[in-house]
Amino acid sequence: MITDWTLWLEWFVKALVWIFALLGGFAYLTYYERRALARMQTRVGPNRAGPFGLLQPIADAIKLVFKEELSPAKAYKFVFFLAPILTLVPSIVIAAVIPLGRSINLFGREINLYLTNINVGVLYFMSIAAVAVYGIVLAGWSSNSKYAMLGGLRSTAQMISYELSLGISLIPVILLGNSMSMVEIVEKQSGVWFVFLQPVGAVIFWIATLAEVNRAPFDMPEAEQELTAGYHAEYSGMKFALFFMAEYQKMIVICAVMAVFFFGGYLGPGIDQYPLLGPVYMFIKIFILLFAMIWVRATWPRFRYDRLMSFGWKVLVPLSLAIVFITATGILLADETNNQMWMWMIPVVSVIAGLIPVVTIYYTLRRLLYERA
Amino acid sequence: MTLDLILFLVLSLIAIASALGMLLSRNAVYSALYLVLNFVTVAVFYLLLSAPFIAMAQITVYAGAIMVLFLFVIMLLGADALPKSEVLPWQRPLAVVLSVLLGIEAAYLLITKARPVGDILPPADAVNATENLQQLGIALFREYLLPFEVVSILLLVAMVGAIVLTKKEKGVRN
Repeated sequence: MITDWTLWLEWFVKALVWIFALLGGFAYLTYYERRALARMQTRVGPNRAGPFGLLQPIADAIKLVFKEELSPAKAYKFVFFLAPILTLVPSIVIAAVIPLGRSINLFGREINLYLTNINVGVLYFMSIAAVAVYGIVLAGWSSNSKYAMLGGLRSTAQMISYELSLGISLIPVILLGNSMSMVEIVEKQSGVWFVFLQPVGAVIFWIATLAEVNRAPFDMPEAEQELTAGYHAEYSGMKFALFFMAEYQKMIVICAVMAVFFFGGYLGPGIDQYPLLGPVYMFIKIFILLFAMIWVRATWPRFRYDRLMSFGWKVLVPLSLAIVFITATGILLADETNNQMWMWMIPVVSVIAGLIPVVTIYYTLRRLLYERA
Repeated sequence: MTLDLILFLVLSLIAIASALGMLLSRNAVYSALYLVLNFVTVAVFYLLLSAPFIAMAQITVYAGAIMVLFLFVIMLLGADALPKSEVLPWQRPLAVVLSVLLGIEAAYLLITKARPVGDILPPADAVNATENLQQLGIALFREYLLPFEVVSILLLVAMVGAIVLTKKEKGVRN
């Protein structure tokens, strides 16, 4: 067993750093999102508290902490209390397997810039994502109110459906990386990022994660116009803040995972000489991906619920199965013929396969439009 | 070894307590939650046995997908609270008889077949990082290919059956 107390200290410090990074990241992500959305909608956004409104998140935090906590008279008190915690914890725990860099020398000892490098990192991510749905389900049920219940049920159905394509779209990454460990997957991308080898997988993963974290255009569980606020309709004060925090931390963590799987993680020019650049590259990549998430929210209207479900089951799942087949074939051909050029068959065929549903949906929608007109 | 033993004892206490809680709670949602706790404990058992893949699969499949579906059904049907009286009067005595049988069988096997700890530990190379997964894959798709395919066909049949059962007949409205 581990008796080296400095190792415990190292883990403790790294865990604290992650937690505080996520907390700070959450606070400033809300600011970032509001400013970016405002800019896209030609508004100004928060600009009153501090220079450029930079103190806005702190003001929001103070407001939320001092708000009155309400709980419905007929709520299941214990579960009602537990649900926000169950939502928040998975969003933090996923960070344990995300590598931020290789390793640096500090105080005469080698420190890896990741918490753990378990050999089932991808599966760990999947299992935490699978457990993350409980908080929302239980919040919906324990509130004992119709809207919250409907929001909870919707989110359960949605998350189960999209988890499937999320998991399958990761299989090409595992095949290409030849490992389930996050660090090895990143190291395999030192030549080509996997987003170029498997662009369709990246797109499917992106869509499925948007649905997993309940972001627009998949924010069914909290569709304001239909369900007031969905599963957290009955929550206020700090408990609501926890849900809020969980959503934004999940965004950060998911973007980090996306960067690791498809965008080369901490790799970038000069990483071999200066390992400290790793976290910097990760930060830049996460920042850009978060912008893409906000951009999506500003651009697309919310899906209709039945279309959301049929899109998940009838388009994403078959397509992700197809790209698994294509990726495996490409790797097999490259191995058998000893010719790495076969690897480039993967993106070409995948993109053709991916264009089929896009074209079909486009023409179906156009036909429907003409029929209605 | 002692730390492992302490971990094992605490975990088994949690596992037994959550199983009892699952059986005894009157509210179906709480029962489901206890079952989730039980599954997670079993997953940690697998981790103790140096089988991280099975542990993660246990959490993803059982604690994640299946129990979420259970909760979904419980909430959708509004079957949260059980009726006070027994629905099937013969159920309890039958359960007692069966569990006594299982207990006797397990005790017999434990006494006659139990091996020293050294035999149960996995071989050293199976614990090794990536090879664990590769060995699992090779075993599944080379040695146990037929059972694997049979199981997958079984699942496929169950899936098709579920779709057939829920599908409306042609020409019949609702």
